[in-house]
Amino acid sequence: MNEDGTVNRGALPAIFNPEDLNALELAVQIKDKFGGKITVITMGLPAASEILRDSLFRGADEAILITDMRCAASDTLATSYILSCAVKKVGDCDIVLCGRQAIDGDTAQVGPQLAEKLGVPQITYMEELTELDGKAITARRNIGNGWQQVRTKLPVLLTVTGDANEPRVAAAKKMMKCKKARTPVEVEQQIKAENPKADEADIKALVDHKCSELEEKGLLIKQWDLDFIGADLSWCGRSGSPTKVHRIQSIVLGAKESKNVEANEEGISDMIHELIEDRIIS
Amino acid sequence: MIDVNRQGEVWVFGEQHGGQLEDTPIELMSKARHLADTLGVKLGTALLGNGVKDLAPRLIHYGADKVYVVEHPLLKVYQTNSYAKVMYDLIHKYEPQVVLYGATITGRDLAPRIASAAKAGLTADCTDLQIGDHEISKSGEVHKNLLFQIRPAFGGNIIATIINYDRWPQMATVREGVMPPAEPDVSRKGEIIEEKAEISQEDLPLEILEEHKRAKKVNLKAARIIVAGGAGVGSKENFKLIWGLANCLGAAPAGSRAAVDLGFIDHDHQVGQTGTTVRPSLYIAVGISGAIQHQAGMSQSQKIIAINNDAEAPIFQVAHYKIIGDLNEVVPKVIKAIKEKGYSILDARCSMLDT
Repeated sequence: MNEDGTVNRGALPAIFNPEDLNALELAVQIKDKFGGKITVITMGLPAASEILRDSLFRGADEAILITDMRCAASDTLATSYILSCAVKKVGDCDIVLCGRQAIDGDTAQVGPQLAEKLGVPQITYMEELTELDGKAITARRNIGNGWQQVRTKLPVLLTVTGDANEPRVAAAKKMMKCKKARTPVEVEQQIKAENPKADEADIKALVDHKCSELEEKGLLIKQWDLDFIGADLSWCGRSGSPTKVHRIQSIVLGAKESKNVEANEEGISDMIHELIEDRIIS
Repeated sequence: MIDVNRQGEVWVFGEQHGGQLEDTPIELMSKARHLADTLGVKLGTALLGNGVKDLAPRLIHYGADKVYVVEHPLLKVYQTNSYAKVMYDLIHKYEPQVVLYGATITGRDLAPRIASAAKAGLTADCTDLQIGDHEISKSGEVHKNLLFQIRPAFGGNIIATIINYDRWPQMATVREGVMPPAEPDVSRKGEIIEEKAEISQEDLPLEILEEHKRAKKVNLKAARIIVAGGAGVGSKENFKLIWGLANCLGAAPAGSRAAVDLGFIDHDHQVGQTGTTVRPSLYIAVGISGAIQHQAGMSQSQKIIAINNDAEAPIFQVAHYKIIGDLNEVVPKVIKAIKEKGYSILDARCSMLDT
């Protein structure tokens, strides 16, 4: 945790959020059937490029990392704003897929907020794609105590549950290839490390060369900052986040009185006797 | 986005489907009543639908001072955009300082859309709400009487209190089942305010082709005794231990998220943050390690028995009776003890386990 109660993401490994894998799998299934292009966008620290390498071998055509120190401390509102700027920068898209929720915050808020910012309808808690044509989508969504079949025109935003599919495992060959994907910043770091005595101009030439080489192979991960996506900084990071942390408590929900019960017949029998006496079992 | 407004009311979204009020607005009402009284403001509910005005008195009986009724044929069936637009317009007009929603699928579909449009803060899935002051440590500036939005966070044993002091309304979704409903007072009087909905077919981008609802097979909330199994039970086959003990006590069988994910028991039976929150007289946790997400769903039980072979399992922190041992040996002993004490709903049921 940081001092202000926000999460110190730098201290955590970047992981692929499980339901985002379901969203990506659905995108790949849609592409297999109908064609199209899959762009994966993530916002995070530079280390989040790892998720994007995963995305490429799982079937994404293009990967974009939104990384900028000014994104720090973004709540769901600021996050959805930044993502909406990135989606708009990518340009026309028919379907925006999100995992239903993240396993850290469990809020399930970014999907609907992103849909609002993009001005498109949302189908949340989606568990099955029923039909898709160039203009409309029919999908089944979970409504808690049952399900609903809904249809809407494209473009649309979907939040996909873990029930929607089984994310496939990529072929080893493709995985090995995509592990070589890099962001320009990673390329630069690597080249600097390999050529400690080279001057700036040489480094730049080497970086440019390596980047275009990667791009040709589809292995260049784009790295964008807030300026590039045209985000209004007042809606990003701390200033764009209405929610603040007042306090974080590590609490142990302790029982007031507790007893160790021997795992034998006598101990258990005494416990049951006590519960009957106390009218807990009646 | 509305300005900080100290006279603003406390609101509860009156979720209804097909003219039936959900449990969540009723549950939320007693807490919201307390918040409104602490702030010295009125408690309002927003009731959207078609032909739903008859539900307004019930909301008043449960504590509302005002019910804002918005009826329109296009509001008959819930849709994100139409409901979000009407709620946004209401919030803009009346400027409540607090708006609460049940963390149901509808609440979690709707509230973020409104928050985004209103550029307001929203905290998901709260387990408690309080009124309190916040001091900004750098400037020493104090914001008084804010809504403390309290929720378990980030996996570990952490409870976060979230606030929003500069952009209102302060909004939160509240987990189902955590707020005990008050007794209704049928003599309570309140004001019913009818509002017009400014919506058209364009605000209904979805076509709902088909809908299937099933009655919940189990009502864990109403159970006096719950026997819950976790991953430690080992298999669906071995889960009959849980059913056996539950049958013996006339209890409801339940499972942790891990047990549900492993397919040992149906999701309807899930206790915890993503399942049902329960507070029975007796909760027996069998082979459940007791992550904070699970504890959040059961720690308010009157008595808790935990059976686990790992003495370090977090479930023991909330247990009144701790039994460290192999559940395959302990559970049959518990059943035997119950039978011997002459207590059993039906002896025949207990014998299920012998087969």
